[in-house]
Amino acid sequence: MTIASSADHPTRRDFLFVATGAAAAIGTVFTAWPFISQMNPDASTIAAGAPIEVDLSPIADGQDIKVFWRGKPIYIMHRTKKQIEEARAVPVDTLKDPATDQSRVKEGHDQWLVVIGICTHLGCIPIAYEGIYDGFFCPCHGSQYDTSGRIRQGPAPANLAVPPYQFVSDTKIQIG
Amino acid sequence: MSGPSDYQPSNPVLQWIERRLPILNFAHGSFVAYPTPRNLNYWWTFGAILSFMLVMQIVTGVILAMHYAPNADLAFRNVELIVRDVNYGWLLRNMHAAGASMFFFAVYVHMFRGLYYGSYKEPREVLWILGVIIYLLMMATGFMGYVLPWGQMSFWGATVITNLFSAFPWVGDSIVTLLWGGYSVGNPTLNRFFSLHYLLPFVIVGVVGLHVWALHVAGQNNPAGVEPKTEKDTVPFTPHATIKDMFGLSVFLILYAWFIFYMPNYLGDADNYIPANPAQTPPHIVPEWYYLPFYAILRSIPNKLAGVIAMFSAILVLAFLPWLDTAKTRSSKYRPLAKQFFWIFVIVCIVLGYLGSKPPEGIYVIAGRILTVCYFAYFLVLLPLLSRIEKPRPLPNSIADDVLAKSGKAVAAMIALVVAGGLLIGGMQNARAEEQEAPPGNKWSFAGPFGKYDRGSLQRGLKVYKEVCSNCHALSYIAFRNLADPGGPGYSEAQVAALASEYKIKDGPNDQGDMFERPGRAADYFPSPFPNEQAARASNGGAAPPDLSLITKARSYERGFPWFVFDFVTQYQEQGPDYVAALLQGFQDNPPADFKLPEGSYYNKYFPGHAIKMPKPLQDGQVTFDDGAPATVAQYAKDVTSFLMWAAEPHMEARKQLGFQVFVFLIIFVGLMYFTKKKVWADAH
Repeated sequence: MTIASSADHPTRRDFLFVATGAAAAIGTVFTAWPFISQMNPDASTIAAGAPIEVDLSPIADGQDIKVFWRGKPIYIMHRTKKQIEEARAVPVDTLKDPATDQSRVKEGHDQWLVVIGICTHLGCIPIAYEGIYDGFFCPCHGSQYDTSGRIRQGPAPANLAVPPYQFVSDTKIQIG
Repeated sequence: MSGPSDYQPSNPVLQWIERRLPILNFAHGSFVAYPTPRNLNYWWTFGAILSFMLVMQIVTGVILAMHYAPNADLAFRNVELIVRDVNYGWLLRNMHAAGASMFFFAVYVHMFRGLYYGSYKEPREVLWILGVIIYLLMMATGFMGYVLPWGQMSFWGATVITNLFSAFPWVGDSIVTLLWGGYSVGNPTLNRFFSLHYLLPFVIVGVVGLHVWALHVAGQNNPAGVEPKTEKDTVPFTPHATIKDMFGLSVFLILYAWFIFYMPNYLGDADNYIPANPAQTPPHIVPEWYYLPFYAILRSIPNKLAGVIAMFSAILVLAFLPWLDTAKTRSSKYRPLAKQFFWIFVIVCIVLGYLGSKPPEGIYVIAGRILTVCYFAYFLVLLPLLSRIEKPRPLPNSIADDVLAKSGKAVAAMIALVVAGGLLIGGMQNARAEEQEAPPGNKWSFAGPFGKYDRGSLQRGLKVYKEVCSNCHALSYIAFRNLADPGGPGYSEAQVAALASEYKIKDGPNDQGDMFERPGRAADYFPSPFPNEQAARASNGGAAPPDLSLITKARSYERGFPWFVFDFVTQYQEQGPDYVAALLQGFQDNPPADFKLPEGSYYNKYFPGHAIKMPKPLQDGQVTFDDGAPATVAQYAKDVTSFLMWAAEPHMEARKQLGFQVFVFLIIFVGLMYFTKKKVWADAH
């Protein structure tokens, strides 16, 4: 729209138009925010994603279980001595995503590996105790992970993610 | 397309597009350079307001649909969870519900404007008929939308309106079965209503497109009813009409915001906060206010089929207006007789609406019949007659001349008529014996625009609920985590975890396939005292104790005229809490001598019908409060009612707080728009 105003200095009329336009723009932005925010997880979803406790005592040496937290599958593996040694023997600088085994487990609880069971390639669930590294094997595109859940071979770019967790006692962890 | 614009963009990319699809020239011709009569008054802003409301309803509706499931078992809870859990869900729901009412309010103003100024006359007949089609689509959309929350009124309103079609001979029952998808209103009905409710607004958008196209072919009407003759008669649409429409819209938004933030349940029915129960019909089935006049017409005719035909005819008669009113003078401004009868017609419509909300008894029926005859007589007798016998006043030569003439009489006449209408309505209020005694008013901390919950009262109320009410009544919409939410009782996360762990929650099946009990967690909901409704009835003499989560919004009492007018301004909406508090204290050991109390019931002064199955739940000293508040029935009643009000509306404080901010903004914005409009129009007057 054309405003007839003197070119030298802004008139009172220009100030009014600018003020009104700014108010309309601000109002629109603030009105739009709830429409966008409502798509974020709602209170019940957030509440359902609260930390869970998992009892480790039924898991035997060499066994693993799968639990769900926030809709994601989480592998909890009770590693054998052999598996821990294999993981520690690998030179870290040969890894695609370098990480020591110690950094991926809790101190004093080296036999417990807790990883999110989602392949870092395109999101399939890898199979435990499969593949040439006796770790995880993803059947979708052939990614191979070792006994520390680190990517060794295949198209996946990163190691299996470790979720936030802590030991409540020697036989119980809280995930989340 | 040749139009009033010869706009060509200078940007080469835009020129490339423009050559292939001249959309910019089209937009410029239709909404920038478009010549609009310079004498339009504010009744003409409602077209833009309607367009805005249509977009609002679609946007809020699509967003609500992201969280809603159209299933009879899930719908009611879903809507409550939108209000309680979804970010700003309470705001979006209120916008959509209030938006429907505002949409209809605007469309009625828009239609009455068309009636008064003869906007349906040649060459705007098709424009008018397209408008009638839009109105019909709006009514269908609104009806189906109201069914979706699956409350008592949703279900029974759907039953009544779908049953209308059984009036048609031979095919009636088949049509009704087809609409229902079953032997009664049920899940198939809800599913298809949701699908159609989502679809029809987009059909409305299409018809609105045709409506605006038809408008642009004929050009807009104007208050003088004289077509533009020279360029002096018109101004370019942008900025003149654009800015004026925005100003009108901003004033309209204040009214809209008043409903959203301060009176969200004023236009609704308390019964719709009760989940649909096919076994129990509410005592008064009433549609939303915008259908009331037609509901009154329907009920005025004692014959079922004739009533249905009369109701539909009342809408369809509008389509024939251009051929019923053939007077050459368009605007009622220059038709003294037509003008007076127009205002009488407006009052007839308003009174019919009032009658539609009343039970069809006594004087209401007689009045309804008289006014139904008046309604049809206006279209079928009066307007054709006036076309022939009325002598109109001389028209101005042109729009430019009309702008120079001033008239303030119209406003005064309108005010006088509105007052007369109000007195008429008040006078018709029969002193009907109330089946329900009005409860005494209380001072609630959460009442009024700046109301807040009293944390101490909420905590004491929770204690009363836990120790007394929870033995029979569920609170299934409240999760333990809600007790730590802002605007509530204000417990800490640790306190909530401790409180939750006191409860045993059924969970499972475990890996053995068994159900088991575990301590409650923050995310769990308050458990119900009974496993199912049948067990609840069996333990309570056949009457199931209602869930208390929504009780203060699901109960109300008639305020009557003129109180309901004052309530709108004073923001009184505590009918529910006043009723609940009164009921808890309203038990009488000795009922009045002439009252026959049925076996197994107890006398309560405020319960409708006075015979309640619940024994007196509260005694003095029953619950001791840690903060030393008096251990009296009155204190328990007040505190548990406050707690239940919070349970029914946990986000009330956020609603009022945001409402205040929105109002401050809107008032500033209206001021800015007013001065902007004056500046833009300074050269046009």
